[in-house]
Amino acid sequence: MIKYGILVFPGSNCDHDAFYAVTKNMGNDAVFLWHKNTDLEDSDVIILPGGFSYGDYLRTGSIARFSPIMNSVIDFARKGGIVVGICNGFQILLEAGLLPGVMLKNESLKFICKDVYLKVENKNTIFTNSISKDVLKIPIAHAEGNYFTDEKTLNELIENNQIVFKYSSPQGEISEEFNPNGSLHNIAGLINKEGNVLGMMPHPERSCEPLLGNTDGSFIFESIQKSLTTVRG
Amino acid sequence: MEEPKVTLELALEHGLTEEEYNKICERLGRTPNYTELGIFSVMWSEHCSYKNSIALIKTLPRSGKNLLVGAGEENAGLVDIGDGQAIAFKIESHNHPSAVEPYQGAATGVGGILRDIFTMGARPIAALNSLRFGTLDDARTRYLFEGVVKGIADYGNCFGVPTVGGEVYFDEVYKDNPLVNAMAIGIVDVDKVTSAIAKGEGNPVMIVGSATGRDGIHGATFASEEISEESEAKRPSVQVGDPFTEKLLLEATLEVIEKGLVVGIQDMGAAGISCSTSEMSDKGNAGMKIDLNKVPLREKDMTAYEIMLSESQERMLVVAKKGKEHEVKKIFEKWDLSCEIIGEVTNGPYIEVEHYGKEKAKIESFDLVLGGGAPVYYRESKKPGYIDEIRQFDFSSLPQPENLEETFLKVFSSPNIASKKWVYQQYDSMVQTNTVLGPGCDSAVIRIKDYNKSIAAKTDCNGRYVYLNPKEGTKIAVAEAARNIVCSGGKPLAITNCLNFGNPYKPEMYWLFKESIAGMKEACEFFDTPVTGGNVSFYNESPDRAVYPTPVIGMVGIIKDLQNVTSCYFKNEGDLIFVLGEDFEELGGSEYLKVVHNLVKGDSPKIDLETEKKLQHCLLEMIDNKLVNSAHDISEGGILASLAECCIVNEENQIGCNVKIPVKTRKDFSYFSESQSRIIISVPPESEQEVYRIAEKLNVPVQKIGITGGNLFTVNTNINLSLEKLSDIYFNTIARIMNE
Repeated sequence: MIKYGILVFPGSNCDHDAFYAVTKNMGNDAVFLWHKNTDLEDSDVIILPGGFSYGDYLRTGSIARFSPIMNSVIDFARKGGIVVGICNGFQILLEAGLLPGVMLKNESLKFICKDVYLKVENKNTIFTNSISKDVLKIPIAHAEGNYFTDEKTLNELIENNQIVFKYSSPQGEISEEFNPNGSLHNIAGLINKEGNVLGMMPHPERSCEPLLGNTDGSFIFESIQKSLTTVRG
Repeated sequence: MEEPKVTLELALEHGLTEEEYNKICERLGRTPNYTELGIFSVMWSEHCSYKNSIALIKTLPRSGKNLLVGAGEENAGLVDIGDGQAIAFKIESHNHPSAVEPYQGAATGVGGILRDIFTMGARPIAALNSLRFGTLDDARTRYLFEGVVKGIADYGNCFGVPTVGGEVYFDEVYKDNPLVNAMAIGIVDVDKVTSAIAKGEGNPVMIVGSATGRDGIHGATFASEEISEESEAKRPSVQVGDPFTEKLLLEATLEVIEKGLVVGIQDMGAAGISCSTSEMSDKGNAGMKIDLNKVPLREKDMTAYEIMLSESQERMLVVAKKGKEHEVKKIFEKWDLSCEIIGEVTNGPYIEVEHYGKEKAKIESFDLVLGGGAPVYYRESKKPGYIDEIRQFDFSSLPQPENLEETFLKVFSSPNIASKKWVYQQYDSMVQTNTVLGPGCDSAVIRIKDYNKSIAAKTDCNGRYVYLNPKEGTKIAVAEAARNIVCSGGKPLAITNCLNFGNPYKPEMYWLFKESIAGMKEACEFFDTPVTGGNVSFYNESPDRAVYPTPVIGMVGIIKDLQNVTSCYFKNEGDLIFVLGEDFEELGGSEYLKVVHNLVKGDSPKIDLETEKKLQHCLLEMIDNKLVNSAHDISEGGILASLAECCIVNEENQIGCNVKIPVKTRKDFSYFSESQSRIIISVPPESEQEVYRIAEKLNVPVQKIGITGGNLFTVNTNINLSLEKLSDIYFNTIARIMNE
C-alpha cells in the first residue's frame, strides 16, 4: 500500500481533505507530518496541501518554505521522491526552488472558487499516466494563481514537456477566455525537469467522489499509484 | 495618569442613562471608579445586555426535543443530529463596524461567529451570510459591497471554512447602514461540548491568542447608537481581524478540549475581558481575581480601563483545570500562540481586577450580566402611521405592461433576483470536501463524513415584507427558510435569528420589533423549530432613515439520507413540471412592483402556516419516494423568475422549458405574484400519477404546467427567450455593474 505523507503547516487547511481523498477515496495509507519535525516517516509520496500557510503573510509560501520539514522534503525530492504541491503547496514549491517561476495575484485581484477545465498537456508523467481523457474538470480556489516566469524558463518548460495542465474550455480549447487568473500560457500545473515534483493550482483532492460533483482528481492519484507499483514491480 | 473623576455627566457620555447610573451606584453602594464605569457602560450597552429586547426575546420558543442547550445558555445553540453528534450554530450582526470600515467590519464579524462555535468544542463546517446594501448605482454602496464581500472571503477562506450560502439584497433604505450578518455552523461530539463557565476555586484563568491592543475600545457602545456623520470618527472602534491566528486558535482549542484540560472557554468579542470574565463567572456562580499586568499587550502604557474594554480580536478566556495549566500552555505554544495565566477562579461573587498592585475594579459578576443586574426594559410601542396608509393601495390602478417579455427581463435583471455569483465565487465554498450543494440553490447542503446524513442550511428574510407587515413578514421569513430546507430534501430542525431594527427608544420602531417577535414566535412554534439563540442589532438608522426591519432567520435542517438531497435545477429533457401550492395574485412588496412601477406598497403576501406545513410534508414525501428530480420554491420575482432559474442555474447543463402558467385576472399579476407556499418540481413522466396521488392525499393543490427540454424559455404566448440570453443576464448583471 502506498503511504502518503501530508505536510501540516500553521494555516494549512486542505490537509484533512487530502488525507481523506488519498485514504477514504483512493484506499491508500497516509500520515500527517508536522512542520516543526524533520522525519518523513517513510512516506512514498509527499503532499504539500492547500491553505494559507502562515496566513500568506509576506508572500504566499515564503515563510513555510523555511520550516524544518522542508529541508527533508527538498532532500527527498532531490533523490527522486514523488512530491505534489496543491495550491498553497504549489506556491511553497516555487518558493523552495523545487519548481521554477513565481505566482502573482489573480488578474481580477479577487479570490476565485469554481470548477475549471484542464487540458492535459503531457500524459507521460508520474502524475498523469492513467488519465483516460484529454480534459479534466477540477476546482480552483485561490487568490494568487497567476503563474509567471521569464522567457528562458518558459521555453525550457515547453521544450522539456514540463507543462502538465493548462486551463481550457470543456472541449480542450486553450485561450484567454478560459484563463481564470491570467496565468502565463494558461499554465495550471507543471513538473520539474526530472519529472518527480508536481505543482498544480487546482484541487484534485476536492474531486475524488461523485457526491461532490466530480471525480477527475482521482486520475492523478491513480497515476501516482500506477507509477509506484510499476517501479516496485 | 490621573483617572477622570466619575460623575453623572461622564456616565451620560458613556451612553448610560441617569437611571442606570443611579442603579450602578446603588448596586455598588458607592460611586464607581473610572474603570468600573467603563465596564458597566459596555456590559449594560444594548449590544451586551439586550436590555431593550430580552423581555420580548424570552417569549420565543427556546426549547424542543432536539435542543441540547437552550437559547442564551451558551455561546451558540446546540442541536442533536443523532449518532452522538450535535450541530452548534449561530448568526450575528456586524452592521455598524461594516458601515464605516467594510473590510475589517465584515471580516471580524465572521471571526467572532466562528469563535462562538469552536469555543464550544465544535469544528466549524460551514459559514453563511446575509447582507443588505443600498442600490448599486451609488459609488459608496459599491465600495461597501466590495469591501464587505472581500472581508468575508479573506477571513473565511484563510480560516478554512466553506462559505456555502446566504443572501444579498439591495435597497436604498440600507444605503448608510448596510446589514452584515454572519452565520456559522459547527459539528461536535455531544460528550465533548464545552461550556462558557468558570467554576472551581483556584482554577487558573488564562488568556490565549492575540495580544491586547487599543483596538475596538467601546465597540459595543458604538454598536448601540445610530449611524451619523460622527460615526466615521468611530473607525478606531472597529477591530482588525487576523484569520491566520484564528485558524491556529481553532486547532489549539479543539486540542485542549479533546484532551479534557479545561473547565470552560469563552470567546472575547464585544466588551472583551469585561464580558468574558463576568459572564463565565456568573454562569458558574463564581468570581474571578485577575491581574492586568499579566495580560500580554501589543501597545505601551495601556490603562486598566483600556485593557478591560479592548475588543482586540482572536482572543479567548480559558478556565483550565488546576494542575493542567502547563499542558494547556504547551498545546497553545505548539501552535505558536501566546497563553498566559492572568488570575484564578474564586468563590465569588466579585470580579476583582488588579493593575500595578492596585485594585481597579470590584464588581459582582451578577450585577454586570444579562439575566442579572443588567437593566431590562419594556419600551413604549406605537403602530407607525405609514402602515395603514401604505396598505391602502388599489392594484387594479397599475398600468398593464405592454411587453411582458421586456418586463420580465427587467425584473430578472434586478440585482435582487440575479445570481450572486460575483459574490460567492470569491468564497471558498468547497474546502473540507463536504459541500454537496453549494451557493446558488434553495439551501446549502453539507454532508457529515462517514455517515449517510447531511445538514441543510439557509438564511432568509425579505425586509420589504416585514416593513409592510412585521408580523406576517416575519412568519414568511421563517416559513420560507423552512421551505428552502425542504426543497433540498431536509427536515427543518431549529433557527438562529439576527434581528436588525432601528432605534428601540422610538415607539414606532419598538412596535415593529414587537410585532415581528410575535410573528416569529407563532411560526417557530408551529414548525417546531425553536430559537437556539442569535443576536439583536438595534439603532440601524442614519439621519435620513431607518432600515427596513430585517429579522434574518438562519435555519438548519437534517437530510437523513444522501439520496434525498435535491437541487433546484432541471435535470433531464422531457421531465414534467408541476407547481405545488396556489397563487393569489399578491404583489404587495414584490420585486415587480418595485422594479417596474417603483412602488413599495400594499400588504405583504399572506402566509397560512397550516397550508405551508402541508406543502412541506407533501414535497418531503415525494422526495422520500424518489419521485422528484428538482424542487425550487417560488419567491422574489414570482413564478417566471423561479422557472427561469430552474432552467439555467446549472451552467454545465442548462435545460429549457415550455410552460402554460394559469392566469387568474391579469398576466402581470400571475407572472410576478409572490404568493407564498409554492414550489416548482420537475419529475420523470412515469412519476406523474404518484405526484397527483400524494398531493391529493395531503390536500395540496397541484398543477402540471409544462415540460422540460430544448434551449428556450417559453411561457404561454408571451415569452420566448433563449437560455443563453437569460443566462447572461442572470449571471453577469452584478459583475457588469461592479466592473464598470
